[in-house]
Amino acid sequence: MSDTHALTTRAYHLAHEPHPENGTALGFWLYLMSDCLIFAALFATYGVLGRSYAGGPTGAELFDLPLVALNTAFLLLSSITFGFAMLQKQQNKVGGTLAWLAITGLFGLCFLGLELYEFHHLIHQGAGPQRSAFLSAFFTLVATHGLHVTFGLVWLVVLMVQIARHGLIHENQRRLMCLSMFWHFLDVVWIGVFTFVYLMGVL
Amino acid sequence: MSASHTPPHAHDAHHHGGHHHDAGPHSTLSGYMVGFVLSVILTAIPFWLVMGKVIADKGTLALVLGAFAVAQVLVHMVCFLHMNGKVEGGWTLLSTLFTVVFVAVGIAGTLWVMFHMNANMMPTHAPGHAHTPAAEQRAP
Repeated sequence: MSDTHALTTRAYHLAHEPHPENGTALGFWLYLMSDCLIFAALFATYGVLGRSYAGGPTGAELFDLPLVALNTAFLLLSSITFGFAMLQKQQNKVGGTLAWLAITGLFGLCFLGLELYEFHHLIHQGAGPQRSAFLSAFFTLVATHGLHVTFGLVWLVVLMVQIARHGLIHENQRRLMCLSMFWHFLDVVWIGVFTFVYLMGVL
Repeated sequence: MSASHTPPHAHDAHHHGGHHHDAGPHSTLSGYMVGFVLSVILTAIPFWLVMGKVIADKGTLALVLGAFAVAQVLVHMVCFLHMNGKVEGGWTLLSTLFTVVFVAVGIAGTLWVMFHMNANMMPTHAPGHAHTPAAEQRAP
């Protein structure tokens, strides 16, 4: 083995690095899957405690389905507007991307506002998280999802500032891809919430 | 995709060279619209079934609602999260399948164990009044 020969041919900056392409996407996806396990634990808890009313109000008495339908519509619309933002990003249109992101953020804010209104209304009625095991599990599950949306909104605003200042540079495109996965993932979790908590809760 | 628009002074430009695949999969308007229309339909029908009291039997209704939820999750995965067997050489799909199995075992197992605990540990269930005496006798 000739060391001098090896030194001359050794390349430290390979044209193609040996790590898989889209490493960030896969890593972020694995984070989302681990987040999925948190929600699985909360769904399982709700599944066990969801009918333990402790003599208090039941889901059928508390849940306002038209309100939930409106909330679901807000989240669905925010998903498709985020999709439009991604399409604008693909065409390298900074203004269009920012505009659709702003609309997405507004729908997210509407969702959060309506959810906070619902929580406030429930607590005002005496149906707060301390009332029964059912309500503890309900508030934990739904508020965890709401917290995710809140942090998604913070991320959205920070990323909009980044895009406005630096344009659609490679880093911002990568961040936008991650936030898009995060946002669509939250919509997927909400499908579980409105189906298993609200719709089945009023049966 | 967009490599030519990236400023050459980006701090990690020399690491990534010319291949900028980190920006994610290519999205299309038709893909998003198909996903949106399908998910609106798959959302509207369950709400209609429950609010209009279309199906009287609660067990059947719960199964139908669950089926709609699974269908909508699949639509979101494919149309919005761009899931397919080719992304990341199949690792995204594989990790998702692992998570699905894990979640299914976790939720089903929790419900199974906890509801049996409820049935077996209620203080009113003295052996003489148990609903299933045969099962009680077999229990350790």
